[in-house]
Amino acid sequence: MQREGQVRIPAGCAISSIFSRSGKRIDGSKIVKSIEIMHDRSNGLGGGFAGYGIYPEYKNAYAFHVFYENIEAKNACEDFLDHHFDIINLSKIPIRKNPRITNEPLIWRYFVNPFPTKLADSQLDEQEYVFRSVVRVNDQMPGAYIFSCGKNMGVFKACGYPEDVGDFYRLEEYEGYSWTAHGRYPTNTPGWWGGAHPFALLDKTIVHNGEISSYDANRRFIEMYGYRCNLLTDTEVITYIVDYLVRKQGLTLTEMANVIAAPFWSTISRKPEEEKERLTFLRNAFSSLLITGPFSILLGFEGGLLALNDRLKLRSMVVGEKDDMVYIASEESAIRVIEPHVEKVWSPRGGEPVIVTLDKSVNI
Amino acid sequence: MNINARGLHFKDLNAQIRAAQARDIVVENCLGQRYIGSGLAGKNVVINGLPGNALGAYLDGSTITVYGNTQEATGDTMNEGEIVIFGNAGDATGYAMRGGRIYVQGDSGYRTGIHMKEYQDKIPVVVIGGRVGSFLGEYQAGGVIVVLGIGQGGQLPVGYFTGTGMHGGKILLRSDFEPEGLPPQVICREATAEDKQAVLEFVEGYCQHFGGEAAQLLSQKFFMLLPNTKNPYKQLYVNN
Repeated sequence: MQREGQVRIPAGCAISSIFSRSGKRIDGSKIVKSIEIMHDRSNGLGGGFAGYGIYPEYKNAYAFHVFYENIEAKNACEDFLDHHFDIINLSKIPIRKNPRITNEPLIWRYFVNPFPTKLADSQLDEQEYVFRSVVRVNDQMPGAYIFSCGKNMGVFKACGYPEDVGDFYRLEEYEGYSWTAHGRYPTNTPGWWGGAHPFALLDKTIVHNGEISSYDANRRFIEMYGYRCNLLTDTEVITYIVDYLVRKQGLTLTEMANVIAAPFWSTISRKPEEEKERLTFLRNAFSSLLITGPFSILLGFEGGLLALNDRLKLRSMVVGEKDDMVYIASEESAIRVIEPHVEKVWSPRGGEPVIVTLDKSVNI
Repeated sequence: MNINARGLHFKDLNAQIRAAQARDIVVENCLGQRYIGSGLAGKNVVINGLPGNALGAYLDGSTITVYGNTQEATGDTMNEGEIVIFGNAGDATGYAMRGGRIYVQGDSGYRTGIHMKEYQDKIPVVVIGGRVGSFLGEYQAGGVIVVLGIGQGGQLPVGYFTGTGMHGGKILLRSDFEPEGLPPQVICREATAEDKQAVLEFVEGYCQHFGGEAAQLLSQKFFMLLPNTKNPYKQLYVNN
């Protein structure tokens, strides 16, 4: 099989999301229906979903979703996990055979917690310990790929159309307060299971429609901080940039958006003094993390969802609201198909993040 | 003739519209189907619901009326005819339009009227009732764009970078404020009575569809954007 980087395919994508501010749990069939209507934006070379609040019974454990290309990779990875984590539960991820989803790897799920002694020895905080373990597996164990590693959330992805991927993973059996989805139309690179969206690290997941002109500049910067861009597709670097800016640098989500989709200097020059100073600082401090090229992204995270367009807004994105529900998608049709009576429908401006979070009183 | 679009793929829906003998066609339950009425001549299509991208692409004389919003690239490269939207339009409305008219009751997205062009009697017109996103009239080479700013309280009804790369046609904005940061290739001035008279027909067209008084709207302050013929794109790339 040819991997990302070995082939170039010149070629859109579709993204969609559902979020319940009141923490209502929605089963996965709804997000599948939403992404399905945008079938023609994908070409069958990748589909995927992220669900939040789907593992309440294990909500304090990290849920690792892992692809293995062969049994040796599984043995090596499990040996590593056994030494570093307390494995509370493990199983194959339940699937349903679908004639359009083929050549699947071994797909396993582990609910784990770092061994307290190992964690103490490492002098790392828990998230950094998990992060480094995941990077180690993905970077150093050929054939093993941890594609989801957050708490009470999970990514489900494959090579195929998203509606088939949803069927394959039996998404109707999961319930979450937040879902994102992606239908892939790979530009430049071939489709494979690991290259499907969402790209995840800890609780953060990215689905992306677009292509990053600044990919290599972004990659060179982020790899200095322990991240490894080994999937050779542009979107993964966004996930790492968000993790770096938010988790490691402590930026707010809005500040993060002002870095990756920074306004033009000409736009900054017309802002009020304080805002000008703030935006100038962010652009200067993290100039290598400006993401150029067209994009619309959805960032899923624990308790919330962020949507962002590139500053030129070269991709479509529509937000719809009804009662406690927020819907964000590439096309309004993907919202109306699941909520015909959507009330407020609008398009965010380029570079201006839309952030939705659970109501304060909600405890997931 | 009525067509129920529920669950229909765009190819089948468009085939039915093209094959219809009737001149008047109503599409019910439309949801996201692309390219509706593409290249279509001589028909009146009413759409109830939400048509997909590139509605009326290459439209060649038909009228399309939408009771709902539209998505991206409405009227892409349309040649003749009329598209009337009782709602909002997505990005790139009137993309590379070369003739005909588009009326949008509410707002339109980014890049409205991008690369519109005109030739002799072919002068495309886009009239937006509310406001538009950034890059209005980007690379505009001809035609007329009118943004009425209804409901904007006199605020500028456009985003950033209006008229970037504009080298033909004109843009009229109903606004108490002049757009800022225009490129040097664009000149902006308060619209004169003559300037307004030249677009009266289009504003009247808007009011006929959606209500309102054209004379009353035009009595207010408008700005007009034109390409600056004194500062064309000379020497942008080579010394010519």
